[in-house]
Amino acid sequence: MEETTGACRLRTIGYKLWYGDFCALHETTLDIPSNRITAIIGPSGCGKSTFIRTFNRMNELIPGVRVAGEVLLDGQDIFRLDVVELRRLVGMVFQKPNPFPKTIFDNVAYGPRAHGLRDRNRLAEIVEKSLRSAALWDEVKDDLSKSGLALSGGQQQRLCIARTLAVEPEVILMDEPASALDPIATLKIEELLQTLKKDYTIVIVTHNMQQAARVSDFTAFFMTDENRSGHLIEYGPTSRVFTNPREKTTEDYISGRFS
Amino acid sequence: MNAPGSGRSNLGSRRLMQRIAFSLVWAAGSLSVLILLIVVGYIVAKGLSSITWQFITTPPRGGISGEGGISTTIVATLYLVVLTVGIATPLGVGAGIYLVEYAEAMARKSRIIRAVVSTARFGVETLAGVPSIIFGLFGYALFVSSMHLGFSLLAAGLAGACLILPVVIRTTEEALKAVPVSYRNGSLALGATRWQTTQKVVLPAAIPGIMTGIVLSVGRIVSETAIFYVTLGGSYRMPTSLLSGGRTMALHVYYLAMETRAFDKAMGTAAILVISIIIINAVINLFSRKLSARIGA
Ligand SMILES: Nc1ncnc2c1ncn2[C@@H]1O[C@H](COP(=O)(O)OP(=O)(O)OP(=O)(O)O)[C@@H](O)[C@H]1O
Ligand SMILES: [Mg+2]
Repeated sequence: MEETTGACRLRTIGYKLWYGDFCALHETTLDIPSNRITAIIGPSGCGKSTFIRTFNRMNELIPGVRVAGEVLLDGQDIFRLDVVELRRLVGMVFQKPNPFPKTIFDNVAYGPRAHGLRDRNRLAEIVEKSLRSAALWDEVKDDLSKSGLALSGGQQQRLCIARTLAVEPEVILMDEPASALDPIATLKIEELLQTLKKDYTIVIVTHNMQQAARVSDFTAFFMTDENRSGHLIEYGPTSRVFTNPREKTTEDYISGRFS
Repeated sequence: MNAPGSGRSNLGSRRLMQRIAFSLVWAAGSLSVLILLIVVGYIVAKGLSSITWQFITTPPRGGISGEGGISTTIVATLYLVVLTVGIATPLGVGAGIYLVEYAEAMARKSRIIRAVVSTARFGVETLAGVPSIIFGLFGYALFVSSMHLGFSLLAAGLAGACLILPVVIRTTEEALKAVPVSYRNGSLALGATRWQTTQKVVLPAAIPGIMTGIVLSVGRIVSETAIFYVTLGGSYRMPTSLLSGGRTMALHVYYLAMETRAFDKAMGTAAILVISIIIINAVINLFSRKLSARIGA
């Protein structure tokens, strides 16, 4: 494959998923490189969320889900890994900010505590570091005992990012993390992604073509049509996919020429 | 076609409807509160004359004239509340957690568990509507006679726990279901186990709801008579152990009203009953707020 340079962190091989009898994802084979941002784009209902929920096995929480094919994290079959350990390695930021009804501090300390860290000083360090990385520290440092729910939507989303960073995952999955945010908050998150990719592998779902073009290194385009529900159309370096798509469908979608 | 002004022209009538509807619900609300206030006020006002410190601190002396105070019945009621709530809360909350947080995931995999769970749900719903005397009869047959506990706090506590168990389970289930799925997903996605998620995120958010169930149960225990008539007996002596019989305040009101001429004392006891329910609810509410903050930390 021309597309992936460097080490591949996540890989799906002939991966398929059904909700009951409905095949939401047809055979998908692709490599997601480490320390890069991979964008998942495509029209509503093409299976983007379903696809990224694969990597931390959140789909298992939905009744009636069946999967086939292989999904590898650093060469290991994720379905053989302990799911709790997998989710520590593969963090997720949801579309709607979902801080816990706890203080800012407790929100960020939640993951490390769940994994057994008790030392107060160490926790305080992690909380500060994570909030700094999520570009939220300066706004909240004076009152970490404030409820996470009392923050603005954009701050809540950055709190959720900090919460995810606190467990030091290898991969961060983001499902339209900026869709509920205003342009300024969105910009903050986009800048944040650029700094985060030094340490993390990021997979981001977005509806916003400009955003995908701006922030990502690789782009996967999914599509659904009357013959086949969600399937992968094209995958490659973002610059190539956007300037010189191989498939006509991709070109039509990117240029907005879509019925 | 809508004329441009048509939205305006019916604005007046929509406003009127809104006013009428608002007045009606306001009237309904105030009337309900008023009725309740009258009931409580009547009892307290009537009872107040017979309430003295001595009335509260001396035991009843029995007899047709209903001499004496109510000290032992207050103690018996308190013991019984602690006992029933102590038995039913861990069981009921545990069952509720199992049904909401675990059973659904397990039921997906096994048909047998699915059958068991839906039977359990149906059972709980049915039991919640069964009259208390049925639990009394059951308690009498099992605890009082078969297990030879006699008329005792223990027998009454066990029967009372059976009575409030469905309520505790139901309210726990409702409270847990009201916790947004996004909290659970957020916790699980951080690599927390299901139990950690339940304990650290779901339960703290659900505690106010669960406490409502417990408050309702306390009210039920304090005010029930039939079930304790057949499990606790009616002895007005001070209970000294789990195997002592006793008489709750509600039972005492019943005895006073039906078997003595001391109607004023019945009213006085009733007034204290009402006041204690108010105090118990206030205390539990305060406690639940503390508990919720503590578990969540
Ligand atoms: N829990 C579910 N049960 C059954 N079908 C589902 C479930 N979740 C998603 N689907 C179906 O799977 C398909 C893909 O859904 P998915 O949410 O992955 O799409 P998406 O690309 O993320 O869409 P959007 O851009 O609107 O978020 C859709 O047809 C959807 O109806
Ligand atoms: Mg989606």
